[in-house]
Amino acid sequence: MAFAAVIWGVAGVSLILSWAKSREKTREALRFFWRAFLSLAPSIVAIIWTIGFILTFLPSGFVLNTIGRNAGIMGVVIAAAFGSIFLIPAFIAFPLAASFLRQGADVRAIAAFVTTLVMVGVLTAPLEVKFFGKRFTLWRNTLSFVMALVIAFVMGEVLR
Amino acid sequence: MKIKAVPAILAVLATATVLVWAMRPDKAIAVLFVSKDYLLEMISILPPVLILCGLFDAWVPRRTIEQLMGDASGIKGTSIAFLLGTVAMGPLYAAFPIGKSLLDKGASLYNVAVFLCVWASIKIPMILFEVKFLGAEFALLRLALTIPAILVISALLRIFRMNTPRIQCYR
Repeated sequence: MAFAAVIWGVAGVSLILSWAKSREKTREALRFFWRAFLSLAPSIVAIIWTIGFILTFLPSGFVLNTIGRNAGIMGVVIAAAFGSIFLIPAFIAFPLAASFLRQGADVRAIAAFVTTLVMVGVLTAPLEVKFFGKRFTLWRNTLSFVMALVIAFVMGEVLR
Repeated sequence: MKIKAVPAILAVLATATVLVWAMRPDKAIAVLFVSKDYLLEMISILPPVLILCGLFDAWVPRRTIEQLMGDASGIKGTSIAFLLGTVAMGPLYAAFPIGKSLLDKGASLYNVAVFLCVWASIKIPMILFEVKFLGAEFALLRLALTIPAILVISALLRIFRMNTPRIQCYR
């Protein structure tokens, strides 16, 4: 929340400075803001609502439990897939991941899960397509998924 | 996502919520309650980000961004992309409009890809949190592997010439 206060402050001060220098450019900036907000908000609400359903009917505890029990390479891939679909805030994901590590979950699976959780976004992909096109979105997410697996297996070797 | 797809999806979600409400009111409340936190996050981050994008669009000359983060900017441009991604907080979808604005002003695709991936995965408060729960060894090793991974991903995106079409995304 501290960051939100800072960025609102920066945006507010910039707007005032901009207004003092050129009304026309400021109006242009505000028109950009309003058009962008109206076009983005419905998509984001749809993403958020979907997360609400996923987290309610497929709680993160259950997911990490599945990951913890499925050992082996398939377990790591499943963990990476779960991480790609979920959008769990770090303050929930890290403590849960820690508790499963303590209970003996595969380090590689946990690393794969945490990495795809932040880098790969299946739910946000439609929005990413809107900004950067299909090719870019498909490749950025696919490459991130593969890299997450590489990171996981290297970590498995090092932390063994 | 086609513009018309969004209202359709919202209608499906609303119907599903009402159906769940009819069978299990507690679950429907849970769905809305979980969504509420994310909604607050969106309302607190997205408007100022878009205001700054608008000001950026109106004031910053294309030449400046071309020089700072364009194809010829080298390691300096990538460092700027890296720093921009690290200092900001907020969900990945807030980074999309910023990355798009940079791209429109002449930043290279490589640097924008670095910016997006760094924004998603490298945040100082998040690293501290990871160290606390998963241990310094786990967190720092993952960080040390993530940085080269991001550079490889971005380089591959450039090699594959993932030139993004000039999309008019706000309408």
